[in-house]
Amino acid sequence: MPEFNLIYTGLTITAVIAGVMGFVAYLILAERKLAAWVQDRLGPNRVGPWGLLQPIADGGKMFLKEEVIPGHVDKVFFVLAPIVSFSTALLAIAVVPVGGTVAPPAPAATVAEFQQAQAEYASHYSAVIQPGLDIGLLYVFAVGSLAVYGVILAGWSANNKYSLIGSLRSSAQIISYEIPLGMSIVGVLLFAGSLNLETIVAWQASHTWFVFYQPLAFLLFMVSVFAECNRLPFDLPEAEQELVGGYHTEYSSSMKLGLMLLAEYAHMITTSFLMSLVFLGGWSFFGLETLFADSPVVNALVKLAILGGKMTAFVFLFLLVRWTIPRFRFDQLMALAWKVMIPLALLHLLGAMLVRHFQLPGIVMTAISVGLFVAAGLVAVTQGGPNNAPRRPARKLPEGVPAGVTYIAR
Amino acid sequence: MPITENDVRWVAPPKLGLFEQLYLPVVVDGLTTTFGHMFHKTRTEQYPEQEPTLPPNYRGVHRLNRDAEGRVKCVACYMCATACPAHCIDIVAAPAPAAWKDREKYPETFVIDELRCIYCGMCEEACPVDAIELTTLYDLTGLSREQMIFDKEKLLSVFDTTTKAGTDPVRTKGGALGPASEAPPAK
Repeated sequence: MPEFNLIYTGLTITAVIAGVMGFVAYLILAERKLAAWVQDRLGPNRVGPWGLLQPIADGGKMFLKEEVIPGHVDKVFFVLAPIVSFSTALLAIAVVPVGGTVAPPAPAATVAEFQQAQAEYASHYSAVIQPGLDIGLLYVFAVGSLAVYGVILAGWSANNKYSLIGSLRSSAQIISYEIPLGMSIVGVLLFAGSLNLETIVAWQASHTWFVFYQPLAFLLFMVSVFAECNRLPFDLPEAEQELVGGYHTEYSSSMKLGLMLLAEYAHMITTSFLMSLVFLGGWSFFGLETLFADSPVVNALVKLAILGGKMTAFVFLFLLVRWTIPRFRFDQLMALAWKVMIPLALLHLLGAMLVRHFQLPGIVMTAISVGLFVAAGLVAVTQGGPNNAPRRPARKLPEGVPAGVTYIAR
Repeated sequence: MPITENDVRWVAPPKLGLFEQLYLPVVVDGLTTTFGHMFHKTRTEQYPEQEPTLPPNYRGVHRLNRDAEGRVKCVACYMCATACPAHCIDIVAAPAPAAWKDREKYPETFVIDELRCIYCGMCEEACPVDAIELTTLYDLTGLSREQMIFDKEKLLSVFDTTTKAGTDPVRTKGGALGPASEAPPAK
């Protein structure tokens, strides 16, 4: 653990929180603009040039609108739910590096070596609010799991059947997808040797990115992250067409709703950071990060730019997938988590254990990953459709009639 | 009567091959489509800087047409007032001035309540002499309800404005009035 320096930590906290909040505000605009461009139209462009002052208008609306607490809600939990959502989303950012970091040193054989390694570590500045936390990734998952309380409390306190069903579905979804979220990462941890995010990034900087070794783990993690953030194609709990807004039906568009929406975007940002750190090598980019190595400030900016670029690309992918893939039905969602992703994650973990135990070359890990993916596809093909299809025999259509015809006039 | 079993046709969903069951290639294909749409030309019309281009049969504000000599074409036959579903046309007929030899009556007052009107165009269809027409003026505003009750002078002024602007040309046939405007047979 490096020494606790109040000034550096205070500055880092301010910078990270301000950066994340600013990014969230403009992410709302970016989502609307991107949604518009995908749909062949312009987004908001009236408030300021190209709509750049729109987040300020939205923020102003959130702050200035009248706070309404309906009479039939459970007042304590109604107010508590957005607080829980938002604070857990922000807490998870505490161990996520946002720039260049140095890995904490491994355990040393003698006390002298230990002191020297710690002194050398303490002399670097790591761009993370809490550097050197050995349970880094576990902390992020634990705090992120607490966010489900915000959703449950919001749905329960609203005393409204749509909100209740929405929050129950959301909690079932989040809890189910926590499992492949964690399991897909364990394969990475076996290679890197530590839960600390800085160590994982340092391992990738010296070896290869984990996305090349374990593409299936990357895919499982990405899909689980989409489900954790209640993001399409997993946004059944908050879909307007389904549940009138789900668990945030009763929250009128004031600060409370603003906090819950901000929490959702903050989760997106945190998980995008995680994906780029754990699988895409964080601040390393095939040697580009050694540019300006003699000037530490510029080098730190280069690393920040690289990590920021990867994170933005993932956020952009979040936004784009929303307008590409239709929503999952709830039973399809649960079937995907329990019947497909958990077995795949387990088998992938088994493969990672075998590769590590027998010290096989990295390409074997890639082959196992890709092979499992194709094998899953083959299993799905042989099954011939989901098992909740109607079991009556499909009537054979006459010759030449295309599929889907249900009525043939005589 | 409930549907009998024989009338129910169960259709099987299409069989997915390996390429589709992997889901990922198809998703990537969808993403390229969506991504490609971002670079297409947008179809947004930036109102009010860009006015919409309206088809010539757009149903906007009414006007009373003039004929070639500048007289109002309307012969106060009450066809439009009868056809109007919203009963917003109010006509008071009077004998035509002596100088107007080709018609019997003319409208002394012709009032349309533009707020009651539903802009259906029935009056335009009903008129036998093509006197009343709906123009392409759509951005109609007024400061009071009384202001929006258009009388004959206002409707004629709409005619003068729109023909001068060239947006709504006169669509009638050469200026001749129809059979309803003929003088009664001489006894």
